[in-house]
Amino acid sequence: MDSEFRELYQEIILDHNRSPKNYGSLKDATHRLEGQNPLCGDHYVIYLKVEGDVVKDIRFEGKGCAISKSSASVMSEFVKGKKISEIDKYFELFKKIVRGELDPAEYMDKLGKLAVFAGVSEFPIRVKCATLPWHTLHSAIHSKTKEKVTTEE
Amino acid sequence: MASEHDVGSGAFAVGIYLTFSEFSFKNESISVAFQANPTELCICNKERIIVEAIKEIAKSIDFDPYRYRKDFPVLEQMIHGMPLVYLDNAATTQKPNAVINTIVNYYKRDNANVHRAIHQLGERATLAFEEARKKIAAFINAPSSRQIIFTRGTTESINLVASAWGEKFISEGDEIILTEMEHHSNLVPWQLLAKKVGAKLKFIPFTESGVLDFEVFERILSNRTRLVAITSMSNVFGTINPIKRITRMAKDRGIPVLLDGAQSVPHLPTDVQILDCDFLAFSGHKMLGPTGIGVLYAKINYLENMRPYQGGGEMIQSVWLERSTWNEIPHKFEAGTPNIAGAIAFGAAIDYLNRIGMSQITLYEQELTTYALNRMSEIDEIVIYGNAPERGGVISFNLGDIHPHDLSHFLDQQGIAVRAGHHCAQPIMRKLDIAATTRASFYFYNTKEEIDYLVDKLKEALKFFSP
Ligand SMILES: Cc1ncc(COP(=O)(O)O)c(C=O)c1O
Repeated sequence: MDSEFRELYQEIILDHNRSPKNYGSLKDATHRLEGQNPLCGDHYVIYLKVEGDVVKDIRFEGKGCAISKSSASVMSEFVKGKKISEIDKYFELFKKIVRGELDPAEYMDKLGKLAVFAGVSEFPIRVKCATLPWHTLHSAIHSKTKEKVTTEE
Repeated sequence: MASEHDVGSGAFAVGIYLTFSEFSFKNESISVAFQANPTELCICNKERIIVEAIKEIAKSIDFDPYRYRKDFPVLEQMIHGMPLVYLDNAATTQKPNAVINTIVNYYKRDNANVHRAIHQLGERATLAFEEARKKIAAFINAPSSRQIIFTRGTTESINLVASAWGEKFISEGDEIILTEMEHHSNLVPWQLLAKKVGAKLKFIPFTESGVLDFEVFERILSNRTRLVAITSMSNVFGTINPIKRITRMAKDRGIPVLLDGAQSVPHLPTDVQILDCDFLAFSGHKMLGPTGIGVLYAKINYLENMRPYQGGGEMIQSVWLERSTWNEIPHKFEAGTPNIAGAIAFGAAIDYLNRIGMSQITLYEQELTTYALNRMSEIDEIVIYGNAPERGGVISFNLGDIHPHDLSHFLDQQGIAVRAGHHCAQPIMRKLDIAATTRASFYFYNTKEEIDYLVDKLKEALKFFSP
């Protein structure tokens, strides 16, 4: 097995997949959005409680592969309590890292826990798995759509 | 011994899809069962006897996949340092040298447009193109090669029927019967048609074991039913549907039947006259041929009454500024320059399959599938979807709570190519309440050793993902 593969499925990712954080729904959500990847059937709902310009709370539920589920889980921990403008910047950074457009080594501090997804860049077909929760979050916050987002833009 | 090419008795439809005209039976007592009156074979316990008999014969055939593997250059490679184990044949099959060389040689020596040029190359291209049509006609025992229309594949063939036949003969309030196990390509064209003309779609459900519920079929057949469109073999469950039984029920009421043969024609001997279907769609690329070429077979009276599908060159007889008259069938339905190399290479694929013998292929795949099902069931955590008694080499499964994408990615690391996803059958996934499955699907070049390797790696995957 390639070491790239082991790095993709490192223990942290498998842990988050087995017991995802912030899993479930949110009764007093201010934002709710479904995100799906129609090609592979991954499907999540993200619930947000936004106060002012801060994401106070977040939950997600749904089905998908280990990469998408752990990405949603890590993302939910990462964005809780952060400002929307900050989250937007991290979204841009995260996309560039998983697409292999930036070298993660240079952004380790900034990335924090998100760095575990750097290995995705070795597998272009899995990029959409990692970014699906982020796309959904982004659209939910900016309410571009009230319905669904998909990875097929 | 059963007579080898006697359509009346030696060849029979088992109520399931199989026809075994070419094969000489090793076991006398089994051959007696085979010679029974085909109409009687629909009775269930007889069907069961036949299925058991086929399994018995399958055990005794002497089929060596390694003899054929060397004809497939793609199979000789390493993937991530492991020998390629290609188990995604329901999606598309690999191509033997005979097919690859046919394409190369066509472009090197004969390339020209068909039916138009009066020069040597044009003549050669036209001859080879029409020769391919004849080979395909013979392969499915079509009465005439005029009944073979070249298309891009199963999907286009079905769309052709929906548009050229459906729009003319199906109208408001009419009903089309499909099944709940259709591939999107035998579902969406009918949704579009139904919307356009105001027709209704009705569905035969499948049971837990992945077989069609005939009680419901009986109930939903009505005097408004205009078409029964059905897959002859499921690309998810592997179920071989009892086509003969379906056509008989439809014929009793004068209803035409369309078969989506994308999965069955590559793996089972096919005789459109015994099956008595009115339309049959299949794809070259799932049976050793190139992509972008497929076939629609139809009964002559349907073809003669259908509207043209697309307009353009080739399909016309005379063109004025305001109107045109149509060319003869099959050309009426083949507008524009066709996939000439593709058709000729499809013909080469048919030659290759005929050299092996479709009955041999079916029997070997039956044996391989039984072997795979047995070996895979050793794993407690495995759930296999569908366990029809009559089934082909398509196995959809889930392993513990490992998501199919993660599993197929893991297997790819070991050189194994399987499919993960909804297999273009989202309604099936919804009914099973799963997002996706992993699917292993076989062709005659697959081996028991490959299945052993798959099973080993499935066990390893369990350790990797849920230690
Ligand atoms: C049962 C079935 N029908 C139709 C199709 C569509 O075939 P094609 O994509 O060659 O048109 C497939 C192939 O995926 C299939 O398995």
